[in-house]
Amino acid sequence: MLLRHTTKEVKEREGLTINPAKTCQPIGAMYAALGIHGCLPHSHGSQGCCSYHRSTLTRHYKEPVMAATSSFTEGASVFGGQANLLAAIETIFSVYEPDIIAVHSTCLSETIGDDLQQITRKARDDGKIPEGKHVIFASTPSFIGSHVTGYANMVTGIAEQFAVSTGTKKNQINIIAGWMEPSDMREIKRLSKELGVKIVLFPDTSDVLDAPQTGKHVFYPKGGTTVEELQSTGDSIYSLALGSISAEPAAIALEKKCKVGFETLDIPIGLTATDRFIMKMSEVAKVSVPDEITEERGRLVDVMADMEQYLYGKRVALFGDPDQLLPLTEFLLDLNMKPVHIVSGTPGQRFEKDMRQLLDARSPETNFKNGLQADMFLLHQWMKNEPVDLLIGNTYGKYMARDEDVPFIRFGFPILDRIGHSYFPNVGYSGGLRLVEKILSALMDRQDRDALEEKFELVM
Amino acid sequence: MEQITILEGREKHVFEKKTGAEQLDISCDTSSLSGSVSQRACVFCGSRVVLYPVADAIHLVHGPIGCAAYTWDIRGAVSSGPELHRLSFSTDLQEMDVIYGGEKKLYHSLIELIEQYKPKAAFIYSTCIVGLIGDDIEAVCRKVANETGIPVLPVHSEGFKGTKKDGYKAACHALMKLIGTGSTEDISKYSINILGEFNLAGEAWIIRKYYEKMGIEVVSTLTGDGRIDAVKRAHGASLNVVQCSGSMTWLAKEMEEKYGIPYIRVSYFGIEDMSKSLYDVAKHFPERPDIMEAAKQVVSEEVKELYPSLQKFKKALTGKKAAIYVGGAFKTFSLIKALRSIGMSVVLAGSQTGNKDDYARLKEMCDEGTVIVDDSNPVELSKFILEKEADLLIGGVKERPIAFKLGIGFCDHNHERKIPLAGFVGMYNFALEVYQSVMSPVWQFAPRKGVKV
Repeated sequence: MLLRHTTKEVKEREGLTINPAKTCQPIGAMYAALGIHGCLPHSHGSQGCCSYHRSTLTRHYKEPVMAATSSFTEGASVFGGQANLLAAIETIFSVYEPDIIAVHSTCLSETIGDDLQQITRKARDDGKIPEGKHVIFASTPSFIGSHVTGYANMVTGIAEQFAVSTGTKKNQINIIAGWMEPSDMREIKRLSKELGVKIVLFPDTSDVLDAPQTGKHVFYPKGGTTVEELQSTGDSIYSLALGSISAEPAAIALEKKCKVGFETLDIPIGLTATDRFIMKMSEVAKVSVPDEITEERGRLVDVMADMEQYLYGKRVALFGDPDQLLPLTEFLLDLNMKPVHIVSGTPGQRFEKDMRQLLDARSPETNFKNGLQADMFLLHQWMKNEPVDLLIGNTYGKYMARDEDVPFIRFGFPILDRIGHSYFPNVGYSGGLRLVEKILSALMDRQDRDALEEKFELVM
Repeated sequence: MEQITILEGREKHVFEKKTGAEQLDISCDTSSLSGSVSQRACVFCGSRVVLYPVADAIHLVHGPIGCAAYTWDIRGAVSSGPELHRLSFSTDLQEMDVIYGGEKKLYHSLIELIEQYKPKAAFIYSTCIVGLIGDDIEAVCRKVANETGIPVLPVHSEGFKGTKKDGYKAACHALMKLIGTGSTEDISKYSINILGEFNLAGEAWIIRKYYEKMGIEVVSTLTGDGRIDAVKRAHGASLNVVQCSGSMTWLAKEMEEKYGIPYIRVSYFGIEDMSKSLYDVAKHFPERPDIMEAAKQVVSEEVKELYPSLQKFKKALTGKKAAIYVGGAFKTFSLIKALRSIGMSVVLAGSQTGNKDDYARLKEMCDEGTVIVDDSNPVELSKFILEKEADLLIGGVKERPIAFKLGIGFCDHNHERKIPLAGFVGMYNFALEVYQSVMSPVWQFAPRKGVKV
């Protein structure tokens, strides 16, 4: 009986969402803010929001996640949350001593009309922000977009409110991280170092949400982009935004404020997206690609060649967030696999257009839906009608995988039941290798499990 | 060691038991300070956890997507049959709904769901903004109930309208509407309802079996492995047995007033409290001494098996120290006793939602030097764990990684427990879990706790 509640027949639904393939804005803002060094995220809303976001991030990273809340009460909801936020800012600076407070709103504070810009300005005017400390904010109403939107809004807030243009250019490139794991951010930094390009990566959750065991509970772990680095982004020669939904808005803000030119790339997941990233880096920074990176690429292509017979035509269903799904879909196509169903709860025409374009060129018959009612219930219905060999998505996919008895790879957010995502990247050529290994292991374990005795192969 | 200070304004929420110490005047039952890194949740959370285990009902969250997404199947409340409760249903309110209202969307969602799943009832949870945009969910529920013929119950759980406890009450309020609508025919005079037991990892099944062995009929469990039909006839029981006092005492009081059903408070954790919860029920039926005999029989059989198996753990754990920070204070009492029975002392005890009486009783139970906290935060917890040199923290999801970073053992006594901790067998599991974690070889690879490098 377990969760066998999905009906095969797809019916139009008016309003109802079943088993969402998204969550709300504030958690994305909280995650982004954790990628600034010495920053305490602050949730301007009811206590539950903050608690749920912290719990979900803790389940995903197995790390302590610190964030404060305005603890709205009935009074605040009638008279506005200004008093709560002002009191909160004072409390936080005097007790938790962060360098930065990153405030995000919630559906509640947005609906009652709290203006974060005005309130934070008042906090500054009233002397509630100590010398050398900062309060930044992002408006993240839960009834618009998704967690990805919230991430983008906070990253934009970071860029807008920190970047300063001094008039003297710095020989560095901004890399604006789309929603990715600490391991991915670490890998982006490694690749840049190999290339010999000086970068400012933001946000950067490595050494924050993959912190070592030290015998201490550190409120502000050593990682995260520093204020100095963030301020210097206004003087950088160029910005690369990794992800059109989660990173590009910040690049646009930087261009507007400090005239830093930018280009948007996919998150470098898979071979061709990584190629584009490496080539663009080499072009913008005027460096040549070192042999080490060319060899890394060669190793990935070598594995793709060695294993092509096991990948050909394998049918895949995937769900998750736009900036991951695009390059992942492209990679699956490069691997000669067949993306059959793609679902993302995150709305937006830009993503719809980009994905359609990719699919029209290389896999026009793929089912694809994003936005309202693009949920896991729909994906599951599609899987019942047109079965697949593999499912890729966050932990919630395990219900569908079990019900349909389909191999399953965890990819995306949140992953609540496995480790690895914090430590092993999905980006770059080495990330591509990891993905191919995971895909092959899932498919081949299944082949071994189901093989008739006479067909049970030793060498594969 | 670095001195960690207590948050300003938090002094009154912390108390250290010392000889000659001032009277306990702990501040509690208040909402958290703005700007604190509180471990608490909201009204919606309280309602959601209480009603969640009702497995043959639809649980529709009326609001933006987050509230439904974060509460999707996070509680290991198991069902022996239907599993509708493990799905996530939301009206996923959008900007236009916030402006023009979400009633229509709610109505259509309900009709679609009820048509599809034919549930026994539906619970509709209000979230923060529903309280602001003024949707008349009572009216929508009435309309849908009329059209579909099943109970459609609004749960007024707007997040900001109080604390988690108010959420418990809103949930109980919805349950009260169901209770009294079923037939009580054939219910034995020697019958109970089990209140405040949510069947995490199958705990309600264990407890139910003990009572049934005593010849007691269990009319309904609220809400573990819950069924709407059983809730409807709960008023036919002779006694309400209330665990997790925070969540269900209100319901017990209401049922006492409306149906004249008395209630007792119990706890199923640890040998002492578990046994007492069987004896106390037996005492309620003095005209049937055989029930008390049967209770004694159950206890003696279980303890005979359990006691020797605990000795290995006790030997290893004697002298070790524990810190407890859980949701309800009542659980803390049992945990202190259970820990003592395996040789451990308690150096920190606290809860998210305890009241004055709870803390007074806690003070009485605790040893000298024990720190008592209300609505604590990670800074305080880390401070006291290091200062008091605790070897174990008992808490929930947000506390686990803090314990591990500090290099001490951890036991989840919250939603995420994986094995039953209630009942006699639960005491064995608890001791095993504590033993596994506290005695794990991993701690010898960790830098020494709290030592400045």
